[in-house]
Amino acid sequence: MDRILNIQELTVSFDGFKALNDLNFSLDRGELRVVIGPNGAGKTTFLDVITGKVKPTRGFVQFKDRNLRNLSEDQISRMGIGRKFQTPRIYQKLTVRQNIELAVNPHKSLFGTLLGKKSPTSQRQVADLLGVVGLEPKADITAELLSHGEKQRLEIGMLVAQSPELLLVDEPVAGLTDEETEEVGQLLLNLSADHSIIVIEHDMEFVRQLSAGLGSQQNRVTVLHEGHVLCEGSMAEVQKDPQVIAVYLGSEEQH
Amino acid sequence: MFTKIIRQPIWREIIIVAGLALLLATVIPQLLYAIGQGFRVGLLGRFMALGIAALGIDLIWGYTGMLSLGHGIFFALGGYAFAMFLLLQLPAGKLPEFFSLNGVTELPWFWQPFASLPFTLLAVILIPSLVAAIVGYFVFRNRIRGVYFSILTQAALIVFYNLFNSQQKWINGTNGLKTDSAMFFGKVVSSIEVQWLFYLCSLFGLVGAYGICRWLTNGRFGRLLMAIRDDEPRVRFSGYDPTGFKVFVLAVSAALAGIAGALFTVQSGIITPNAMDISFSIEMIIWVAVGGRGTLVGAIIGALLVNFGKSILSEQFPAFWLFFQGAMFLVVVAAVPDGLVGWLRRTGQEIQQRGKSRSATFPQVDLDENLQSEKIHPSGK
Repeated sequence: MDRILNIQELTVSFDGFKALNDLNFSLDRGELRVVIGPNGAGKTTFLDVITGKVKPTRGFVQFKDRNLRNLSEDQISRMGIGRKFQTPRIYQKLTVRQNIELAVNPHKSLFGTLLGKKSPTSQRQVADLLGVVGLEPKADITAELLSHGEKQRLEIGMLVAQSPELLLVDEPVAGLTDEETEEVGQLLLNLSADHSIIVIEHDMEFVRQLSAGLGSQQNRVTVLHEGHVLCEGSMAEVQKDPQVIAVYLGSEEQH
Repeated sequence: MFTKIIRQPIWREIIIVAGLALLLATVIPQLLYAIGQGFRVGLLGRFMALGIAALGIDLIWGYTGMLSLGHGIFFALGGYAFAMFLLLQLPAGKLPEFFSLNGVTELPWFWQPFASLPFTLLAVILIPSLVAAIVGYFVFRNRIRGVYFSILTQAALIVFYNLFNSQQKWINGTNGLKTDSAMFFGKVVSSIEVQWLFYLCSLFGLVGAYGICRWLTNGRFGRLLMAIRDDEPRVRFSGYDPTGFKVFVLAVSAALAGIAGALFTVQSGIITPNAMDISFSIEMIIWVAVGGRGTLVGAIIGALLVNFGKSILSEQFPAFWLFFQGAMFLVVVAAVPDGLVGWLRRTGQEIQQRGKSRSATFPQVDLDENLQSEKIHPSGK
């Protein structure tokens, strides 16, 4: 299988503090990978580097065999990497439909946006996406009026609207009810059919749901700790790993 | 056919704007003359010119979230360009008076093309927008935003202010350029005919500027501007590079300020470096805040209202206008943060919704047995 993402010896240091330390990671095309790790393990920095927000101090990130070092966030996004933030980042004053339209827009240059016509294909795409994230009835209300869970789904919809090949999803179920968590989980599983996805997660219940939904051959989990990969394997393997129990699962079960 | 057209919102708006413009071009000036307030026509013309600048401020601040405290620069650039054109309408070989007073015997090369009207008209638009685009490019490329952008624009304003003040030889320094006695197509600029022409130019300029801003803010482009305002980093992750958009919008806004400066100058008879006074650039912000930022009509209404308020109140209480203005700004910021138009719109929507919900939901809730039993249940316990 070909690799969509390849990260080698990645180190990011902020004033001497190594948020990522000699991290190696790779993702196959079509894979859904869950990345877990305790607070401060470097999960969000990991996404920041892939999306170009933070530049690596050492090492490199390759997406589709291309080094991302000198590209800006918007260039990386147009190459096909979409990111969902931990707290939903949507355009509050625009309607749900307008939010998705901006993400769908195939002409992202200044004059393309100003003069480009709405094509029937992109309008159909918007309608489809509203269906996928289940926000059709609320398409024309301003996004600030949505509930937290709906905002999460809208942002996932905006992400998919960019038709990325790789989705980076940062703690998509933080602050959601159990029912909403189920819905988001199902949404991600559906999307994994034709996208490569990295999910950063804290909620072990949710990780188990995703693993269960994927079936045995494809559920790989990566554990980050202090900026590097502690261990990698299936959910079952990871849960049995003594190192992991020591730094993460163990400490969680003490609560 | 006509009723069909009138039902489309875009046509309804065009008809309303055209109707208002027609009133301002015919009935309203006549009316003012009739009640002995003829001088207010001149004021109205000037304030409509300021309305053009207010539209530009609204475009970058209300829609895109960039608070510029330096629009006086662009206003002055437009004003100086057009004033110099008027001063250069002299018989061949003659120079504007201030040059000879300062010992300049030959027209400096950079002023030479300003003898031509088409060049000057282009310059009024292009010079401010080029200056804005160059400054904007470096500022936005380096991702300078928010308060830092505002401080930077104010610093630029001071630089330009000092620069213009110190150039006695080329632009008459502190004294500025006086246009009143200059000639425009064989007529004195301060004559009623020429002033009426500039009044009409201001009116059409305002309508045109409104049309352009409406077009820019209406579609996907306008929504992207709002997206930049609300969450610029997110816009990058959606695949847009905000730099180009912000440079473009700042340049358009500067061009509008330049046009406003030119029209205002010829109607007030003088342009001096005081157009780059810090307080004037802040006043532009106040117009938009009072009228309602993020609504184009609000920007225009704000400019007209604040300036007429200023002229009427300062006639009555000459010493107190600044207190009124400060108080007005405070009241707006504290009580109606969306400005007059924003406040009116919201109240209108609330009244509409209240009317709707009375007729639609309440009877339904009353008739819905499930809801009724739910209501009764807790008290029945």
